[in-house]
Amino acid sequence: MLSYVIRRVLATLPVMGVVAVIVFLMLRLSPGDPAAIIAGDNATTADIIMIRERLGLDRPLAEQFVRWLGQLVSGDFGNSIYLERPVLGLIAERVEPTLALAVSTMAFAIVLALPMGVLAAWRAGSWIDQAIMALSVLAFSVPVFLIGYGLVIGLSLEMELLPVQGFVSLWDDPLAFLAHLVLPTVALGLVYTALLARITRATMLETLNEDFIRTARAKGLAETRVLILHALKNASVPIVTTIGTGIALLIGGVVVTESVFAIPGIGRLTIDAVLQRDYPVIQGVILVIAGVYVLVNLAIDLTYSFLDPRIRY
Amino acid sequence: MSAGQIAIPAPAESEPVKRSPGTFSRLCRRPLPALGALLLGLLVISAIAAPLIAPFDPIEMNVVDRLMPPDATYWFGTDAYGRDIFSRTLYGGRVSLIIGVSVAFASTMIGLLIGVIAGYSRAADAILMRIMDGLMAIPGILLAIALMSLTRANIWVVIIAITIPEVPRVVRLVRAVVLSVREHVYVQAATAVGTRLPRLMVRHILPNTFAPLIVQATYIAASAVLVESYLSFLGVGTPPEIPSWGNIIAEGRLYVQIAFWNILFPSIFLALMVLSINVLGDGLRDTLDPRLARRL
Repeated sequence: MLSYVIRRVLATLPVMGVVAVIVFLMLRLSPGDPAAIIAGDNATTADIIMIRERLGLDRPLAEQFVRWLGQLVSGDFGNSIYLERPVLGLIAERVEPTLALAVSTMAFAIVLALPMGVLAAWRAGSWIDQAIMALSVLAFSVPVFLIGYGLVIGLSLEMELLPVQGFVSLWDDPLAFLAHLVLPTVALGLVYTALLARITRATMLETLNEDFIRTARAKGLAETRVLILHALKNASVPIVTTIGTGIALLIGGVVVTESVFAIPGIGRLTIDAVLQRDYPVIQGVILVIAGVYVLVNLAIDLTYSFLDPRIRY
Repeated sequence: MSAGQIAIPAPAESEPVKRSPGTFSRLCRRPLPALGALLLGLLVISAIAAPLIAPFDPIEMNVVDRLMPPDATYWFGTDAYGRDIFSRTLYGGRVSLIIGVSVAFASTMIGLLIGVIAGYSRAADAILMRIMDGLMAIPGILLAIALMSLTRANIWVVIIAITIPEVPRVVRLVRAVVLSVREHVYVQAATAVGTRLPRLMVRHILPNTFAPLIVQATYIAASAVLVESYLSFLGVGTPPEIPSWGNIIAEGRLYVQIAFWNILFPSIFLALMVLSINVLGDGLRDTLDPRLARRL
């Protein structure tokens, strides 16, 4: 077990290493001179040379990479070119809205998707199964902004029920914090719900065919007990794995949703950075997000190896 | 029957061989995929024939008629520059169509190549799959956004930026198929009689990847259409002067309170195109791979 934990933890290192190489090479391999791209359209040659020297772009590639990696490991992600402040600080300032939206969306999706998936698998082939599956294909296809603006126009502008845009920190006003999260969560959550409902249904269908389910029913257990304690519990590994890998999809959705609802989160930071060609910020965001993705999936894998005795490595 | 004799099955030529119905006709027997195919067909035709159908020039401004609600002249209303939303939406379909088809094609071809190499060479496999793991750790839209920042935007850059994040999933799929197929007896038999690698690939291994690849390509096309609209919506996609659905919506969002038709109609077209491709993909999956269909 310990050797599995060590191996699993070590396995994250090459992934993060590759992410670092991709992020590093992206700017260097792009067509054109990175210093000129960063400097923008109106830059003079002197500006370009200055940027090149400041970012060390005139050094050999390998030397640049080693130096950059060394800085990353010591927690220095560089400075924003425009705001001239450390990238990690900028990201930290924007974490709260993004994290809040991601967590609330995930909670919303899990609460909605698990019963839907279980119900669809339990009554597989019935009209309710088909309705749930049709809804999930629909939710998967409708763009976030259609649901988002639909909710904004319908619920907020017409009826003035909920705040339309923006974000309020939890520490400033918890009620306003929640109110501002409702619409973005629903707009983004439907896609994620669809994903989870499908995988829940699929794994539940498999589990419900197992012998121990027949045994549980034969000994007269209540159907809800069979479904939840016997089937869902055993089907949970693929479901939770999908929740983990679905984080990539979720974060992509958060970026768009933040834009629809004018939420000042990491998505907005990234878009602003792209529009200003502020590469240190773009690189920092990708590294941090990929790191979060890798760590969450590591945590999920490790938790399972502890909780599920069937998993032997 | 004496020992050592081999039972030879009776020749089957005398019996007329019943051809099983083709994939497409089997697909169209189910109501939902047939509906999806029909809807997609209509959208494709409306996009291709946009210059014939569109009543107005999609980029010609007419400030007198700005932000007009839908009426008999302007079926979907007009935008802030007085441009006809209906015409723009039809033209937007062309952008989505090009992006969807190109990304699906490019990512499956690149993924097929890398996947086959990874499935066949142990040394390359270790390196290639680590690269794919790294790519998969970066959310697709985020990676596409970052790639878009590297050079001046045009439609080919958008295609490349959306293709790269899609490649790893194709690689994993192809690699898994190759790894399982190469253990099959018929492949080992082909190797044993001295079939050369190119022939082995083309005749025995690659055909097994086609069915899952076609299904995957459909899903990728749907996702690419959606991602293009997200990139354009965020202002980092197709150049704003080109009327793509994302661009129309991005401009329309400023007037969402007074002229909701600016975002409503392109969004509906976008949703219908993505939906029809997804439904078609589900249908293809159920038809081509019944084993998978039972699971999902």
